[in-house]
Order: sequence, then C-alpha cells, then structure tokens
Amino acid sequence: MDKPNRILVLFAHPALEKSRVNRQLIRSIQGMESVTIHDLYEHYPNFHINVKLEQELLLAHDIIVFQHPFYWYSSPAILKEWQDLVLEHDFAYGHNGTALRGKKVLSAITTGGTQEAYCRKGHNYFTIRELLAPFEQTAHLCGMEYVPPFVIHGTHQLQEAHQIAPYVESYQKAIAMFRDNTVDWQTLLQHKHLNHYLEHVSNTLESPLHVQ
Amino acid sequence: MSNENFFFHAFIYLAAAVLTVPISKRLGLGSVLGYLIAGVVIGPFGLRLVGQEGQDVMRFAEFGVVMMLFLVGLQLQPELLWRLRVPILGLGGLQMVANVILLSGVGIAFGLSWQAALAIALILPLSSTAIGVQTLTERGLMKTEGGQSAFSVLLFQAVAVIPILALLPLLTTSPAAVSAATTSSSLAGWQQTLLVIGTVGGIIVGGRFLMRPIFRFIAATRLREIFTATALLLVIAITLVMQIVGLSPALGTFVAGVVLAESEYRHELVSTVEPFQSLLLGLFFLSVGASINFNLVFGQPMLVLGLIVGVSILKSGVLIALAKSFRMDLSQSILFAFALVQGDEFAFVLFSFATQTNVLPEQLAGILIAVVALSMLLSPLFMIAYDRLIQPRLITQTEDRDADEIDDNENAVIIAGFGRFGQIVGRLLLANGYSITVLEHNSAQIELLRRFGWKVFYGDASRIDLLYAAGAAQAKLMVVAIDDSEQILEIVDLTRKYFPHLKILARAVDRRHSYELIRRGVDVIQRETFESALSMGVEALKLLGVRSYTAHRAAQTFRHHDEEALHDMAAMEGDDSALMARSRQLSQDLEQILQSDEQEIKHEVDRAWDILAQQKEKK
Repeated sequence: MDKPNRILVLFAHPALEKSRVNRQLIRSIQGMESVTIHDLYEHYPNFHINVKLEQELLLAHDIIVFQHPFYWYSSPAILKEWQDLVLEHDFAYGHNGTALRGKKVLSAITTGGTQEAYCRKGHNYFTIRELLAPFEQTAHLCGMEYVPPFVIHGTHQLQEAHQIAPYVESYQKAIAMFRDNTVDWQTLLQHKHLNHYLEHVSNTLESPLHVQ
Repeated sequence: MSNENFFFHAFIYLAAAVLTVPISKRLGLGSVLGYLIAGVVIGPFGLRLVGQEGQDVMRFAEFGVVMMLFLVGLQLQPELLWRLRVPILGLGGLQMVANVILLSGVGIAFGLSWQAALAIALILPLSSTAIGVQTLTERGLMKTEGGQSAFSVLLFQAVAVIPILALLPLLTTSPAAVSAATTSSSLAGWQQTLLVIGTVGGIIVGGRFLMRPIFRFIAATRLREIFTATALLLVIAITLVMQIVGLSPALGTFVAGVVLAESEYRHELVSTVEPFQSLLLGLFFLSVGASINFNLVFGQPMLVLGLIVGVSILKSGVLIALAKSFRMDLSQSILFAFALVQGDEFAFVLFSFATQTNVLPEQLAGILIAVVALSMLLSPLFMIAYDRLIQPRLITQTEDRDADEIDDNENAVIIAGFGRFGQIVGRLLLANGYSITVLEHNSAQIELLRRFGWKVFYGDASRIDLLYAAGAAQAKLMVVAIDDSEQILEIVDLTRKYFPHLKILARAVDRRHSYELIRRGVDVIQRETFESALSMGVEALKLLGVRSYTAHRAAQTFRHHDEEALHDMAAMEGDDSALMARSRQLSQDLEQILQSDEQEIKHEVDRAWDILAQQKEKK
C-alpha cells in the first residue's frame, strides 16, 4: 500500500458546546492516524489568523476538509477570513502560486433544512452543489480537485443519539477511505454527494456477501 | 502536677502518638485507631505509664472535641445546614427514635427498670463525631452521599445531647439525688430555658456583630500570633460561658462556628485553629484508649462482647434500614452505617452523669463505658472492612453517584488578591456562572467589597495551610492577582509544590517579573498593564487616521510578536550568569523590544491584510 493520505480538517463552529452533530462528527475522527484536526475558532478567537502557520499546515497535508455548519448558504465567518488571508497570491493562485496543486478538497457540512428544501421546488431554491460553487471554484483556481461534499441534512430533526450515529459512522468511514486511498475517485466524481457514493459502495460490498 | 511531671507526661503522650500513629496510618488503619491503641499501650493495663491523672488529661483533651465542633461549624454555612435539613431532621431524628425504642425494649426485656433502660437507650445510639468525621475525611468519603448523611446524623446528635442531659435527672430512682444534681443550677425550669436561649442568642448576635469588627481590628495589626490568640480566646471564652450556664461547650462553639462561617475570616480561622484541634483530638483518643477499664472487661468478657456485638448490629441495622428508605444504594447505606456504628465520646460524660444522678448503678455504667470505648476501638476496623471488602464489590454502582456529590462550598477557582486586577477576573467568571473563592490580605478592602455583597475571605495566600482551608486541594485554577511581585512568585512556588494539579494564572507586574514566571512554567501569564496600554495604542492609531480594523489588527500582531519575544528572552536569560543578566537587564529589555518590533512590523506590512485585498482586486 502507498503512503496514507494526510488529511487536514479545517473545522469551524462558533459555538461547539451547543452543537450536537458537528461535535460528534469531530469526535469520531479525533486521534485518527494521519488526520489533523484544526479548530479555527479555538485557535483564533479574535480572528487573528496566523497565515504562515496555516500555509505550512496546508503544505503538510494532501486532502483538505472544510468541516462546518452551513450558515447563510456558506461557511461561518472565520472560514471566509481564513480563505481571504491564507490563500494568498503567489502561494495558492496566480502565476507562481502552485503550492496547493494536486491536493483534494472536501466540504463536510450540516444543514438545518431538509434535503427536499434544496431544490427548485424547495424554499432554498438552489441545490447544495450550486450553493457550494464558491468553494468548488476556489479549489479549482488553486489547482485542487473538489470532491462531492459530505452533507447531513435536517439536523434540527436529529435529536437522539441513535439518529445521529449512522451519519457519524459513515463520516468516519469516509475519512478513513480518503486516508487509505481506497476510494474509486472516478466513480465518486459521478455522484452529487459523497453520501451517495458511500451508499453505493456499501451496497456493492454487501451484495456479494449475501450471495455467499 | 509538678513541672517535671508535666514534661514527663507530655513526653509519654507525644512519644506514643509519634510512634504509633504513623505506623497505623501506613498499615491503612487510620490515625484514630493508632491513637486508641497507643492509649491502651501506655494506659494502666498496658505499660502503666499513665495512671489516674489520665482522667485529668482526658478532661483537658475533651477541649479538642469542642474545637472540632467549632471547625465543623466554620465549614458549615447556614445555607448548607438549610439544604441538609431533610437528612438532619429525617435521618437524625428517626435514627434516634428507632434506636431508643428498640434499645429500651431490649433493656426492659433483660430486667432493667424502665428508667435505666431508657437512659441507656438514649446514650448508646450516639455516635462519635470525632471518629466519624476523622475517618470519613481521611478516606475522602466525606462528600459521598453516605458521608453527607452520616454527617447530618452526627449534627443532629450534637444538638440532641443537650435535651438528653436535661432529661437524665428526671429518670432517677432516688429523688434525693435529683436535688443534689440540680443544685448546681438553682434556677427554676423556665429561668434555665431563658438562660439557654439567651446564651445561644448572645453567641449568634455577638458572632454576627461583635466578632467581625474585632477580627478586622486584629487582622489590621498583621500580627499572626495575635490572630491565633484571638481565635483561641474566642473558643475558650465560649467554653467557659457554656460551662457556667450548664450547657455543652461543643454546642456553643458549634453555633459560633456556623455564625462565623459567613464571615471573611472563615478560612483564616480554620487554618489557625486546626493544628490545635488535631493535637488535642489525638490526645483525646489517647486518653480514651488509656481509660478503658480492662478489669471490668475481663471480669465479664461474654457480657461485654455480647453488648458490643448486639449494640453494633442493632445500630447498623437501624441505619441501613433508614438509608434504604431514604433511597441510598447499598454501598452508600453500608458506608453510612459503618461511619456511625461506634459509641460517642459524649457517652462517657453522659454515663458518669447518669451515675451521679443515680439513674444507673456504677457497675453497669462502668461496663457500658468500656463497651463504648471498645466500640470506638473497633470502628476503624469497620471502615477498613468497608474499604477492602465492600466498596470494591459495589464500586460500579457508586461511580455515577460520586460525580454529582453534594458540593460543600469548595469552588473550582481560587483568586488570590481582589484588587483592581483580581476583581475583573472574578467578575467575568461570576457573570458566567462559575463560583470563586477569593482571598484578600487587606482588611479594609475586604470590608468595602463585603459591603457590595462580595464573598471575600481574609488571609495571606502565601500560607500553605490557608490555601488548604480555601480548598486548593479540590480546586482547578489558581489565579494569582495580588500586586506584590515577590509574593506572587512565592505563591506560585508554593502552589506548584503543594498543589501540582492546579493550573496557575499569574499577574505579571513587569517584564522582568514575566521572565521569572515564564521560567517557573506558569500556565497563563498576563502583564498587568499590557492589554490596556495596547488598547490605548489602538485608539491613538485611530485618531491618527488609521482605519479601525487595521489598527486593531496591528495591535494583535504587536501582541503576538511581543509575547514571542518575551518567551525567547526569558529562555535566553537562563543561560547568562545571574549577575550579568541583572546589570544588563533594563537597557537590554527596552532596546530589544524596540529593535525587534521595528523589524517585525516592517516585515508584517509586506503581507498585511489590506495589501492582500488590493492584490485580489487586481485578479
């Protein structure tokens, strides 16, 4: 097996102590080998982002995960500040800005609204992929590959631990697959969401077992 | 007692304690058992090093019990008493009633007169506060549910002794003795009652309004030994007054303790009185050990053994049944029962009082005293059985319970110094629902803060015993916010040595002081004027036309860099020889900050946020 992919989770949640889903997600990947969790609000309570340190972190990892709740169709403010400051000209983009080329970017987000709300007929009108376009295009401009996002919808309805558990499990599994490079990237890119790909994988895995 | 004799006996007692107690403690038997055994060894039935004068010593040592109740009172605030009212009245009262009914029934069945049976039944259910509290605290079980319940019962009993003392003379079989016993107070019943109410009321009022100004006056002298003398004087004065009106001195000091628990001198008083109390209490246990009359025991071994076993089973049976009906789980119920199974030191007083008033024959009282003393000797063994046999088996059940134990006023944060600096820290914590313990050395400042409703305690936080009394062993954070730089270092050193679990947040007076603190590995260091000066700098930049956000960010960069430089220089300082460092320090400080900052700020501009924004616009 190749060297495992090093994963940097840039985590942004301004009130983690009140979070239910994100807290469990982050806990499930804590301490995993080759996975670095970087809690932005904890590091920079006054938004004074250490650009140099952040750029070094990026360079030291292969896959960047933006994990955050979906606020006003985007990320919490600190992640925008992070993008504004860290993705500098001549570092991330521009003629000489090739530092991030070839890395992969994943958005892992939670939304209060249901999946049905994010379509032309729903009250959010746009789809998640449409709304995530700034992240996708930012990745492209920096020469990185934007993989389909991991999305948990309807977090308001997820009150009980047993309702959250399946999502936590599949998130953990996805991170492990990314790290161990056991993802069929071509097939993954055909899906709108990472979640769909994971379902697809577990179905194809299970069926031969059932036959036996 | 001649001088030589006094020193000889002091030598015997102290030597016995010093030899036996550490061994007993090392063997896991606890200090109480150590003292008791030492007492037996030096007593008339051991090495005969103490004889009749042991009785005098015991009377003197009973003062230890009085002091203990003063301390117990000090650690109990009226709020806590109120919160424990259900266990105190419920558990304490029911325990007494059930035992009295059962024991007097047994006594009558064995052919005693009902008066004698009732007298015994009133005395035997009492449990020793000294042993109970000592063994529970020693094992850290005081805050468990069982420990708190046991404590509540002990409190009830401490008060119950008073009516029992009043009741005993009424049970006499020969009326002649009554007059003899009551001549000590030639007052009529209602006068006696008035006197009692008046005395206790006097202690409460005096404690509330008189003692605080006196302590404030004494504290202002900053003479520690005078404070100690005042504390001892207070306890002795109350003891004397209570003896004159014929009440239990323990009750008086307990009440005084509760009253003073609300005052700012609480922690200081605890740490002052505690050493005396511990020594005297040890002496008390020693003399209990020495006073066990083994002639009586060996004369009727089966009777004594039967009584001990019978009474122990009956008492613990009642206690466990009560605990179960108060919904305690099994392990806590057993802890509760075992902490209270022993007889009470007041039993010695009450039994001898009962013989004086002809309620009990002397022979019977002697045997019962031996039974109580032996049960005290055995009680640490019960606790050892609990530690070794019962708790390990039931531990899974108690784990959850221990987490939300009843809080006993120990806060997670101790703030030393509550002046301009400490107040802001404290107010922020309080506003966010964290409770704090504040220690302040300036009695005028305390007075002012108390008037505004702040809970502040008098004391010098560089004293280890005071930190213990303030709950440093249980706390999580130690905020050192006093203004004396030497004293800050002293407190930091002490805290690191004695309470290594505490995270230390220290106020740094100046740069040099910061280096000292950094080298001591203090968790959080805050230079006292740095943040406000920085904010002032931001305002100045703004008035010079710099945009607000840019000025704000410049200040953050400055802070970040300055803190780094501070740590670098603190490390450098260690390499230089002390003398060189000191001579160069001041000039070096200033120069280095200015130079390094200038460079760094230039550097910073290259990649500053607004430059960045312009680049992006071009894109």
